[in-house]
Amino acid sequence: MYGFEAMTFNIHGGYLEAIVRGHRSGLLTAADYNNLCQCETLDDIKMHLTATEYGPYLQNEPSPLHTTTIVEKCTLKLVDEYKHMLCQATEPLSTFLEYITYGHMIDNVVLIVTGTLHERDVQELLEKCHPLGMFDSIATLAVAQNMRELYRLVLVDTPLAPYFSECITSEDLDDMNIEIMRNTLYKAYLEDFYQFCQKLGGATAEIMSDLLAFEADRRAVNITINSIGTELTRDDRRKLYSSFGLLYPYGHEELAICEDIDQVRAVMEKYPPYQPIFSKLSYGESQMLDKAFYEEEVKRLCLSFEQQFHYAVFFAYMRLKEQEIRNLMWISECVAQNQKSRVHDSVVFIF
Amino acid sequence: MELLKNLPEMDLMRSEKMTFVQLIIPVESAHRAVSYLGELGLLQFRDLNDDKSPFQRTFVNQVKRCAEMSRKLRFFKDQIHKAGLSSSALPTLQPDVDLEALETQLAEHEHELIEMNANSEKLQQTYNELLEFKIVLQKAGVFLVSGKSYEAEEGRELEDNVYPSDYPESTSLLEQATQSVPSNPSGLRFISGIIPKSKVLLFERMLFRATRGNLLFNQAPADDLIMDPVSSEMVEKTVFVVFFSGEQARTKILKICEAFGANCYPVPEDLTKQTQITQEVLSRLSELETTLDVGIRQRNAALHSIGFHLTIWMNMVKREKAVFDTLNMLNFDVTKKCLVGEGWCPVFAKPQIQEALQRATFDSNSQVGIIFHVMDAVESPPTYFRTNAFTNAYQEIVDAYGVARYQEANPAVYTVITFPFLFAVMFGDWGHGICLLLGALVLIAREGKLSSQKLGSFMEMLFGGRYVLLLMSLFSIYCGLIYNEFFSVPYHIFGNSAYKCRDDECSDAYTVGLIKYRDAYPFGVDPSWRGSRSELPFLNSLKMKMSILFGVAQMNLGIMLSYFNSIYFNNSLDIRYQFVPQMIFLNSLFGYLSLLIIIKWCTGSQADLYHVMIYMFLSPFDDLGENELFWGQRPLQILLLLAALVAVPWMLFPKPFILRKLHTERFQGRAYGLLRSSEIDTDSEPGSARHHVEEFNFSEVFVHQMIHSIEFVLGSVSNTASYLRLWALSLAHSELSTVFYEKVLLLAWGYENILIRLVGLAVFAFATAFILLMMETLSAFLHALRLHWVEFQNKFYGGDGYKFKPFSFAAIADDED
Repeated sequence: MYGFEAMTFNIHGGYLEAIVRGHRSGLLTAADYNNLCQCETLDDIKMHLTATEYGPYLQNEPSPLHTTTIVEKCTLKLVDEYKHMLCQATEPLSTFLEYITYGHMIDNVVLIVTGTLHERDVQELLEKCHPLGMFDSIATLAVAQNMRELYRLVLVDTPLAPYFSECITSEDLDDMNIEIMRNTLYKAYLEDFYQFCQKLGGATAEIMSDLLAFEADRRAVNITINSIGTELTRDDRRKLYSSFGLLYPYGHEELAICEDIDQVRAVMEKYPPYQPIFSKLSYGESQMLDKAFYEEEVKRLCLSFEQQFHYAVFFAYMRLKEQEIRNLMWISECVAQNQKSRVHDSVVFIF
Repeated sequence: MELLKNLPEMDLMRSEKMTFVQLIIPVESAHRAVSYLGELGLLQFRDLNDDKSPFQRTFVNQVKRCAEMSRKLRFFKDQIHKAGLSSSALPTLQPDVDLEALETQLAEHEHELIEMNANSEKLQQTYNELLEFKIVLQKAGVFLVSGKSYEAEEGRELEDNVYPSDYPESTSLLEQATQSVPSNPSGLRFISGIIPKSKVLLFERMLFRATRGNLLFNQAPADDLIMDPVSSEMVEKTVFVVFFSGEQARTKILKICEAFGANCYPVPEDLTKQTQITQEVLSRLSELETTLDVGIRQRNAALHSIGFHLTIWMNMVKREKAVFDTLNMLNFDVTKKCLVGEGWCPVFAKPQIQEALQRATFDSNSQVGIIFHVMDAVESPPTYFRTNAFTNAYQEIVDAYGVARYQEANPAVYTVITFPFLFAVMFGDWGHGICLLLGALVLIAREGKLSSQKLGSFMEMLFGGRYVLLLMSLFSIYCGLIYNEFFSVPYHIFGNSAYKCRDDECSDAYTVGLIKYRDAYPFGVDPSWRGSRSELPFLNSLKMKMSILFGVAQMNLGIMLSYFNSIYFNNSLDIRYQFVPQMIFLNSLFGYLSLLIIIKWCTGSQADLYHVMIYMFLSPFDDLGENELFWGQRPLQILLLLAALVAVPWMLFPKPFILRKLHTERFQGRAYGLLRSSEIDTDSEPGSARHHVEEFNFSEVFVHQMIHSIEFVLGSVSNTASYLRLWALSLAHSELSTVFYEKVLLLAWGYENILIRLVGLAVFAFATAFILLMMETLSAFLHALRLHWVEFQNKFYGGDGYKFKPFSFAAIADDED
């Protein structure tokens, strides 16, 4: 019942919405980033971060710090917050929260499978996995030899199982079809998430469909750009685009036949919301595209906090926090490698 | 007027005089000077580097080092806690270690500890492995043995399912593989191992899927808990034995085992070999156990020696960190040889500070002394009241509303008595009072012990307010004696009742049926009123009138304090156009009511005071008739009414107009002399005052004054009414206790049954403790709080100051625990 969320939303969602808004106010601000960018060593970063919400997570770290420790601890905080919210959540919010992690699950599956393919140590791979995308039998992924086994052995127990229907083949795994698998899974996941949000209705559906459409479009553009010059056929490429979003369906037809970045740009500039993103880039450039997309995404995510009584704030918060962790990682890498001139290249200010 | 001006200074009521001081400290003595000041705890530093981020400041490295050290200390504390030792510190033993020495010492200790931990972890792991092996041997051995006895059956079953009849490489594997041993010629192998109990189900399912059901899974719970090396928690584990066949299945199963964190151990099938290995494992286990024990003892000894100093070290590091944080607030001067600091200190502390600074110069052998001088300040000084254990809680009560403006009259002085007294008026029962008194006395008697230990938030609150509780209980005993209430049982403490029955059959004791036969009951309410029909009307009238008297008295006190504030700040405008009309207004209406009440009590007149007050407004010129209490009441009433009517515009109009006049005069550059009288608070609050003058907005000032006047006029009515809560709460309290006494205790006592009596007693005790002693105390406390914050303090209290927070080691030690 759109417009009447205010009547009943707080019965189940009020507490958690308050929690998530409180968490949001703990996000680092532009002033924090400015301070962080001026840091000389990782210890400076740690010192600054201990004065923020990250304090309890970092203060007990012994001094020669590594970037990975910082990122790990910041992620740990995100995971703790997520778990707390998930524990408190009731249906359908708990399902919604679980949906948020499926993306990480897909990434983790792909990471492990690729890793085993290149004969890396499973334990080492597990450490690299995003903790939000962990599931019980994830380590068993290493056993599987092909997609069918992958599905039958492991993934059938996970929430990803339904997304697999399109990519069960008996082919042996290789880099290419793992990448295709990732995108097929992601497509199925986004579509499912989109359906779920539509089912929830109300402000959640409205805001989430906007956010997910943006996500789908961004993926479509990325798939197109990454597949330029590979042996992926146009039809296969077309199949990887999610069947919703601003670009669906006509934009997808046009993207499917793009052969270089400028063609992609021509397609995208037909869509007013994406014009500013591409107008910032010079012709033929795709390096800064990621940052431009991230900036646009952060803007949209922040806007979702302007409205009350909907679930998109949870999605937005998780995404913003991930962006924040990416920022921190970039800053600490720049500081650690003495590349301070590049520090602003990839940092996306949230506020 | 002369008399009032020559009053003593009323030091108690004013916060300490503060001055703004500047310190110029040579670099070499800076650290020592600041730490001496920290010990003294009487100087509040101002942050002069507000614009710099923490790591751009001068002493950032030292701060970082301190943070690192405190991290190590936390690590030690954690380790000590984990080891189950208690860190017993002897604060008297304070060796004067300097920071560098401490740093190296800590690093050494940490290194040592980490090494020990690593060693013991390794040992622990080996121990765990052996233990697991032992358990697997015991449990899996059982399966294998039982398996053998059922060999025929099992074999058939398995053969039905799968079995590629022969494996060419199985014989060669016999030598290589330790884990898997072909059990019989048909190529049945097994893997045995151990896995955390929580994962068993999933593990089994995964194995089943991976081998497409071609396996036999046996499991048995392990008897002992095994320590998880990561979290050092005890985990329940389950032993499993998987029977399967085929090489591919084996690799798969091993991979799955690895993925699930299951540890596999080879179990020989041969019984003699099994017992042999078991023996071996057992002997190695006991060996390891002794090694582990020695390691743990050594580690505990190390931890113990650390724990001995831990508290001292922690304090030291905390202090050092505070010193460097403070040093970071200071500025370097141009030559980079001195640090410049600014801050507030109370005037009385100047010699002490100077002495500390001299000591610092002397102790650090500095050539140049520390310059300490007074400066002019732009902002208003902080408020600092010196309190002791007794007055602190009352000051807290006032500060909770708002910290007093600098040198403003401090209501806490009066609150010490009025607060517990007003509480007691609502909580008058000497039985309950004694209970509270006992509680308060327990808290005070154990003061020394309780103040050193950490209490829960609720106990902390009780303990902090122990002196409030003490006075509250004393006053409620006093008020209880006046009300003659003891758990609502009347007592004849002060002699016999003044009344007696008119005849013999007045068992239900109506007051009308009683005659007064002797002098009035000497103290408090006559016990004969209790239970009589006119008890309520009598007590209500008494308490209501009493509440109004207290209220009017307290509000007058508040207005009087505003007079002293104006005198203190030399603000004659406020006296003439605020204090005087306020006094007239309040007293011509409610002061007069109080007068009537007293006259009525003294003369015993039957006049209806409601009627008098109401008709004083409605028809002031009418004859009072039987309600006349004294001669000349009517003209007096007319006079008072007129005075009250005049007081309202008096309050409202003159002040803003005069302010405007002063303002224009000032800007025409004429009347500097006049200005001083009204703008004298420029001294105390120059920043805001200047701002105020420059943007003099008449309409704003006027609206402000209007709001104040209206608030006062309406407030004097509503505040007086608000004091009736004294009566209401006291009524509620006595009625509640009557209900519990009569309807629970007496009712239960009416039965002969001991059980009912006991239950009645229990319910009565419970209700008394929780409802009367806790809830009622809380509600009376809150109402007393409100009467002070709103009705009393809004007459004079600004409450927009800020607290003096000196840099002090004592405070640091307190708040970070």
